[in-house]
Amino acid sequence: MLTTLHKQLLNDYQHDFPLSARPYRDIADQLGVTEADVLSAFTELNDNNFISRIGPVIQPNHIGVSALVAMSVPEQQLQAVADKISAYPEVNHNYEREHRLNLWFVVIAADTEHLRAVIDSIEQETSYPAMLLPMLDDFFIDLGFKLDLAND
Amino acid sequence: MIDTKDRQLLEHIQLGLPVCTRPYLEIGRLCDMPEAEVIERLTRLKQQGLIKRMGVIVKHRQLGYRANAMIVWNVPDNLIKQLGGHISRFPFVTLCYQRPRQPEWPYNLYCMIHGKDKATVLNQLEQLVDACGLSAFVREILFSHRCFKQRGAIYKNTAPTDVGATLVAQQHEAAHLLGD
Repeated sequence: MLTTLHKQLLNDYQHDFPLSARPYRDIADQLGVTEADVLSAFTELNDNNFISRIGPVIQPNHIGVSALVAMSVPEQQLQAVADKISAYPEVNHNYEREHRLNLWFVVIAADTEHLRAVIDSIEQETSYPAMLLPMLDDFFIDLGFKLDLAND
Repeated sequence: MIDTKDRQLLEHIQLGLPVCTRPYLEIGRLCDMPEAEVIERLTRLKQQGLIKRMGVIVKHRQLGYRANAMIVWNVPDNLIKQLGGHISRFPFVTLCYQRPRQPEWPYNLYCMIHGKDKATVLNQLEQLVDACGLSAFVREILFSHRCFKQRGAIYKNTAPTDVGATLVAQQHEAAHLLGD
């Protein structure tokens, strides 16, 4: 069950988490609670898997390169193929989508050469062709995501 | 520009800021850097825009946002910037990118909508199409189904010429692309 404090932490600190020696105390001061309250609320959010982490979101393609990759895999083999792909440390997200191209994942690497090598290896291991979709332009200025948690 | 120390710092902080009274001190211990320098470097990287945002990265699925649609359009190249900019202004759009067309995949404009259910997402898409004048363009909607993997990935560059430059891609793209 999310408390008001949980909701405030989830919604209000996606963008400008304090960069100060005592960030959790600064948040506590802003919200009129204690530093201990904020620390335990974040611990609960972590324990319940509601947050991935507190950290920086970095401009794409400034440190390393990445590409979205799509594959078309027969349904009965999808789980097995997905597991093989997920095992690569260079793959971070791997989703099924409702489409002929039903497997979508993101590969990241230090450079394009390594990226290509990972894709080649995945194609070889799964024997399905991979469609590579690198990013050309990013229109979205990511300011986080406004959650409507009113009814949760 | 970022230097080796920035990279080391990002490598350590990408796994998440510890939940404790002096988290930047803890990060500093991991990369042998004083707390003040950790804060100073992160502040600079954010001012420079390399860090797009610094904060809580939520798990949408766990918070009830289970309908995640990737919508792809084939739009004329000369309109893509304008359309991408317009689409990005809608609060329910969580990302918007241009990617290259492929032989059997004619789409060049991508956007993602996270919603609590499909009906809401389709409704929002309709608003978007009307407001941005997208109805004339061919599109497809791909809802996510199973999530096989969802985490920040770390890439360490082990090339011998790159000693000390452990390269980390704490991927913004990944974090948002497929519906974290």
